[in-house]
Amino acid sequence: MIQIKKLHKSYKMGASSLHVLKGINLTIEEGELVAIMGSSGSGKSTLLNILGMLDNADEGEYLLDKVPIKDLNETKAAKYRNKFLGFVFQSFNLINYKSALENIMLPLYYQGVPRKERQLLAMDYLEKVGLKDWATHLPNELSGGQKQRVAIARAMASRPKVLLADEPTGALDTKTSHEVMDLIQKINEEGKTILVVTHEPDIANMCKRIVQLKDGLIIEDKKIKQVLASAYV
Amino acid sequence: MNSLKVLFDRDTWQEIFGSISKNKTRTVITVVGVLWGIFIYIALSGAAKGLDNGFERQFENIAMNSMFVWAQRTSIPYDGFKIGRSIELKLSDIEYLKKRVPEIQYIAPRNARGVFGGSASPQVVRKNKSSNYNVYGDFPVYTKIATKKIYEGGRFINDEDIRYKRKVCVIGERTQTELFEKDENPIGQYIRIDNIYFQVIGVHKFVPGGGFESDGDIFIPFETYRQLYNSGDSVQWFTIAAYDDVDVVEVEKDIKAVLKRIHRVAPEDERAFGGFNLGEIFNKIVGFSKGMTLLSLIVGIATILAGVIGIGNILLISVKERTKELGVRRALGATPSEVRNQIIIESVFLTLVAGILGIIIGAFVLAGINAATADITDFPYTNPTVPIPFILAALFIMVFLGTLIGLIPAQRAVSIKPIDALREE
Repeated sequence: MIQIKKLHKSYKMGASSLHVLKGINLTIEEGELVAIMGSSGSGKSTLLNILGMLDNADEGEYLLDKVPIKDLNETKAAKYRNKFLGFVFQSFNLINYKSALENIMLPLYYQGVPRKERQLLAMDYLEKVGLKDWATHLPNELSGGQKQRVAIARAMASRPKVLLADEPTGALDTKTSHEVMDLIQKINEEGKTILVVTHEPDIANMCKRIVQLKDGLIIEDKKIKQVLASAYV
Repeated sequence: MNSLKVLFDRDTWQEIFGSISKNKTRTVITVVGVLWGIFIYIALSGAAKGLDNGFERQFENIAMNSMFVWAQRTSIPYDGFKIGRSIELKLSDIEYLKKRVPEIQYIAPRNARGVFGGSASPQVVRKNKSSNYNVYGDFPVYTKIATKKIYEGGRFINDEDIRYKRKVCVIGERTQTELFEKDENPIGQYIRIDNIYFQVIGVHKFVPGGGFESDGDIFIPFETYRQLYNSGDSVQWFTIAAYDDVDVVEVEKDIKAVLKRIHRVAPEDERAFGGFNLGEIFNKIVGFSKGMTLLSLIVGIATILAGVIGIGNILLISVKERTKELGVRRALGATPSEVRNQIIIESVFLTLVAGILGIIIGAFVLAGINAATADITDFPYTNPTVPIPFILAALFIMVFLGTLIGLIPAQRAVSIKPIDALREE
């Protein structure tokens, strides 16, 4: 599903430049649930941004579902993001003046799905994350866990190839973290490829594979035995 | 994406209403800025038009290119006459004037009692009521220059009245109410002017403006006046109308020059003949109201501009505040042009809503002023309207400026990279 080769990225900080990614090679198959770990500054967020087409790599190859991601202009990047990727953020990033349902409808709106269909689809996903009764609530009327579930539903609504989650449990307590991870695991069980950036080992252990980053390089890449989050819920 | 399709898409509007209603106070304040601008524009240009109409009404009963000419005393000794000789206009001057000044369309000699110093208003008596009114001796041609509205059933002086020196008169509205009973028809009745009986043939409706006439004036045939007051050939003043397309100031000069020749007055004597040129004054007023209209246009457009710049400013702030939201939208697949369109449409929409509200409020205020001044006849303000093309032009300007100013925040919004927008701070 994802193939990257010799990925380099550096940021210019005034006169000096900071080499963040120093040649990353990574292949992720369809249906994998991968945790990307590393201390802050290890380059994990940069990697995720490049995978999410929010940022461009300086060097290297990136294939997403066999489509080379290269020299994209903003319009094309937006189209690809909409088609291929679903984002889950640490701080949820729900649009605060839109209801839960409307938030989920948004990527479908940008896909050009007709209104009625959009509403039905969004409702389906809301039901899937167990928040059907909260459809008309605004984000500030939802708890953190509920917000993240809405965000996951929103990311799923556009039926992306890959779900990218940047510290999805970073703002949640342990119990809700486990709930959210349970949801992510369930989505993964349905065959969705998911990347989770985290620095929490217990969250990483709930994935099927852990990629350790340090100073812009992969220092460890291992498959693990998944810990089921439902055991804690 | 087709931008016209975007405009008619319900979802586009839903997105826009969503973001506009997010911050109501800010939206309202923004709208007020433009609303104020268009309101000033409408109110000012309406007021200018009202003044324009008002002036026109003041002059509606008299030809725009008319003038009065009268004789005074010479101020220069000439041709054997000494200084200070008083001059009298004569009926025979008319033929000369017509011949020498072909620009004259109508010329009406007039005499009057009670208007100028020297003669008192004659006493007018009817049965046991009496009062004093100004009496004019007129030819029918006078109505070609200054229209006299005569009430139903009456008429003005005609050629027959002149020929037979009939003792008939046209009275004013006030004369009627003061001398006759309420339900009495004055036509055919007799009144006594300086002890001579006159039959009333008409009642004229008084229209304000246009000089020294009043609603009590009595008009009698020129010839009858001549006999009654023994005025001979003399004429107190001429009311003259020039053709529409001539320069009335030049005509006045020509007329005075001819009169000076007839009456043997020094050509450079400026004081021998007096004149009051309505055309000249009218032109000044027209110039004034044109200036007012132009001024209101400039002030209005400048105020609209200020308001629209305000919208641009607010939207810039709004874009800054919504950086994160815009980043999320971009991450979810909004293309730069979708983001740009949304902000431009927001800008145009706010501008238009404000503009239309401003037009409505402006119209109400104009209607209010109109209603408040409707009864004040000597206030030159009538029917203040703003021509539809002005309004359309204003709306067009607003859409244009709204788009233009919207481009700035829209460009700012597009230039924000989603990654920067989403970066946790």
